[in-house]
Amino acid sequence: MSDVTFRIWRGEGEESHFEEYKTEVSEGMVVLDAIHDIQAQQAPDLAVRWNCKAGKCGSCSAEINGMPKLMCMTRLSSLDLEQPVSVEPMKTFPLIKDLVTDVKWNYDAKMTIKPFKPRAPEAEDGTWRMAQDDVERAQEFRKCIECFLCQNVCHVLRDHHDHDKYIGPAMFVKAAAFDMHPLDVEDRVLDLKDEQGIGYCNITKCCTKVCPEHITITDNAIIPLKESVVDEFYDPITKLFRIFKPKNPTNEI
Amino acid sequence: MSERYTTHEYDVLIIGAGGAGLRAAIEAASVGDSVGVVCKSLLGKAHTVMAEGGMAASMGNVDERDDWKVHFADTMRGGQYLNNCNMAEHHAKEAADRVHELEEWGALFDRTHDGKILQRNFGGHKYPRLAHVGDRTGLEMIRTLQDHGIHQGLDFHMEVTIFHFFCEGNRVVGALAYEREKGRFLLFKAKAIVIATGGYGRAFKITSNSWEYTGDGQTLAYDAGADLLDMEFVQFHPTGMVWPPSVRGILVTEGVRGEGGILTNSEGNRFMFEDVPPLYQSSTADNEEEGWRYVTGDKEASRPPELLTRDHVARKIVKEVKEGRGSEHGGAYLDIAWIKEHIKDSESHIKKKLPSMYHQFKELAGVDITKEKMEVGPTTHYAMGGIRVDADTQMSTVDGLFACGECAAGLHGANRLGGNSLSDLLVFGKRAGEYAAKFAEGLDSFSEIDSDEVNRLVEEALKPVDRTEGENPYLIQQELQETMQDLAGIWRSEVGLKEAIDRIRGYAERAKHAHAPGNREYNPGWHTALDLHNLLTVSEALCLSAEQRTESRGGHYREEFPAKSEEGSTYNTVVRKARDGSMEVERVPVVPQSDEMKVIIGANE
Repeated sequence: MSDVTFRIWRGEGEESHFEEYKTEVSEGMVVLDAIHDIQAQQAPDLAVRWNCKAGKCGSCSAEINGMPKLMCMTRLSSLDLEQPVSVEPMKTFPLIKDLVTDVKWNYDAKMTIKPFKPRAPEAEDGTWRMAQDDVERAQEFRKCIECFLCQNVCHVLRDHHDHDKYIGPAMFVKAAAFDMHPLDVEDRVLDLKDEQGIGYCNITKCCTKVCPEHITITDNAIIPLKESVVDEFYDPITKLFRIFKPKNPTNEI
Repeated sequence: MSERYTTHEYDVLIIGAGGAGLRAAIEAASVGDSVGVVCKSLLGKAHTVMAEGGMAASMGNVDERDDWKVHFADTMRGGQYLNNCNMAEHHAKEAADRVHELEEWGALFDRTHDGKILQRNFGGHKYPRLAHVGDRTGLEMIRTLQDHGIHQGLDFHMEVTIFHFFCEGNRVVGALAYEREKGRFLLFKAKAIVIATGGYGRAFKITSNSWEYTGDGQTLAYDAGADLLDMEFVQFHPTGMVWPPSVRGILVTEGVRGEGGILTNSEGNRFMFEDVPPLYQSSTADNEEEGWRYVTGDKEASRPPELLTRDHVARKIVKEVKEGRGSEHGGAYLDIAWIKEHIKDSESHIKKKLPSMYHQFKELAGVDITKEKMEVGPTTHYAMGGIRVDADTQMSTVDGLFACGECAAGLHGANRLGGNSLSDLLVFGKRAGEYAAKFAEGLDSFSEIDSDEVNRLVEEALKPVDRTEGENPYLIQQELQETMQDLAGIWRSEVGLKEAIDRIRGYAERAKHAHAPGNREYNPGWHTALDLHNLLTVSEALCLSAEQRTESRGGHYREEFPAKSEEGSTYNTVVRKARDGSMEVERVPVVPQSDEMKVIIGANE
């Protein structure tokens, strides 16, 4: 048991700032435990999101000593407790209060992705057959807990604020989850290229580094999606075909 | 007085966006109703996300001997025959269709060699029955429903909490809510309301449940005049983490045992081989070799005793600890690493079958489960009791008010089998949505709700922030959790329960003066103060129900009455609000089984 100092971001809008709290910590504690202790004993109105406390729901995303992490999975023993531990909200999204940000934009971005569309069932009983190997490829992306830490570090969003023309790595993971689903037959390539702005990603892999689910976002999701865009729109032979292909009015965008 | 709230109108209002709420919403919207979904957290964060093991459905993909009848009989036996048998029948018959439907909407389950949905063993299920995705089945389920649901024209209200129902006679007509962000109030007028708010594990100190699980739906229904059923039956999951202290209670999936994990005590004994309950003796292995054969798919073998029902396993662990044979930090050892004796590349096998368990222990406890034993002990996990509903329609005893999922009661009786919760959410979520939509169809217009009354309720709700002094709501909550843990948990007695009831009434007095400093904007202190009424209501209902059940059965264990009684098998416990506002308890006969059901149960004993 020892006292540790936490510098926690408090307040709303322009007025927000760091405040220091000292609290007693014990073996095995994670940052979220310390935040809860401070909330119960010293700052009852300290706003923080959390649900599962086991790294499964992706609610408690924050920047701990400047690093984007889940508070529930960051053990205090992994931090230098001689120095104050700083806990700040994600910077890419508008601050609501204290550690809570407005992440609704992510939900809107997801709406732009065409939903899953399965091929017709092939088995006699009206269901599908799939091989485990094929399933596993898409399962990687389905591990996403929507913590939005990857969105938070993506420079296209964080520094350039291109929220209106780019959906961010978490949503590319979603698109990949649908696209690489063995049953899916939807075409999402044009959307990825145009309104979802996959071209803005320049593969710095910051998203992959912060993913608490260890999804290889850039290599396994974004690059294959980029390749499908290139194949369809920038491959010279395909391009030639497109020029002579009759326009299909029912092909919705 | 001017209005201090905004008004929204929906044919069907759904409260809760976990598996049950989302499934209900999709169903209600499918017939063209306007549907609003209110959730206490962000969309996709509800408790369903934490479910690990899988969803039970007798598809027979792994063992073709399985069918709905066996699933029905297993569910009834697991519930110690206090289940609503009609719900158990619907559930067993419809679960497979609901799983297939989920696949149609994009869920990607693990596969068998011939490409079908793979099914795994779980406690109390005769055959491998749980459709699953590694050990993150709940995430797959909620995300599939969410990603499908957002394109069905539903209106979502995220981080909004309902705290009052309006009734006209015995019919619900609306609900009042606050939103977290700015502390604004919302009035919902609705023709039908579906409650899908989950359980009340936060009444206990050690729990796998999140902050949301404060019995909101049960309390709202109770206050509106609905019956609560079987509130004494709470499931203490046998395997929660026990060390370090800050992670105590976090769930360790039963899937660990389904994949061959064994429980041992400090002396290295597999204590589960002792005291196998009579109901299960003939179907349980009596040696280690047979147990291993069972988990690796030998159809002739009987299940290892680690896969007995959760109530039994939890009490066995407590017994070992009480008798001085517990693990270092007061639990039992759960060992999956031992399978290296049988499997060549056991390390990667474990990581593949139990990826999030590997992750969880590695990061939170510094334990590598492919090499070391885990320490586990019981954690409050699930409420079998809840809102009393009609087996077919899921309507409560209040007209137009429906309930589904964990907040409803009946399907699981005295103890729920693992895997029967996710299937419950889908089967009865669909039914609740369907019948709520039908109920709404029968009404031409929305009822008027008196705005003076709404303003009065708004003012009342704001009192904790308006007060300038008063008690810290977090501390009242913590005291309640300790009381319930010590006196109303896995080991109960009359003296203890009476003491708990006294204390709960004391907390209720104190809660009236709780003070939350700060303003209305995203103020968790205020939310905690408002949740107290719910936690205290369900806690009192639980204790009163537990006090009158003078026997031990399923999740309910009474020190003075360690065995089941004849009488105990004949009734369910109902709690309702009496005219004078006090809580009254009544015994109602168990729903009778049809002759056909009796035959099915007899054939599967």
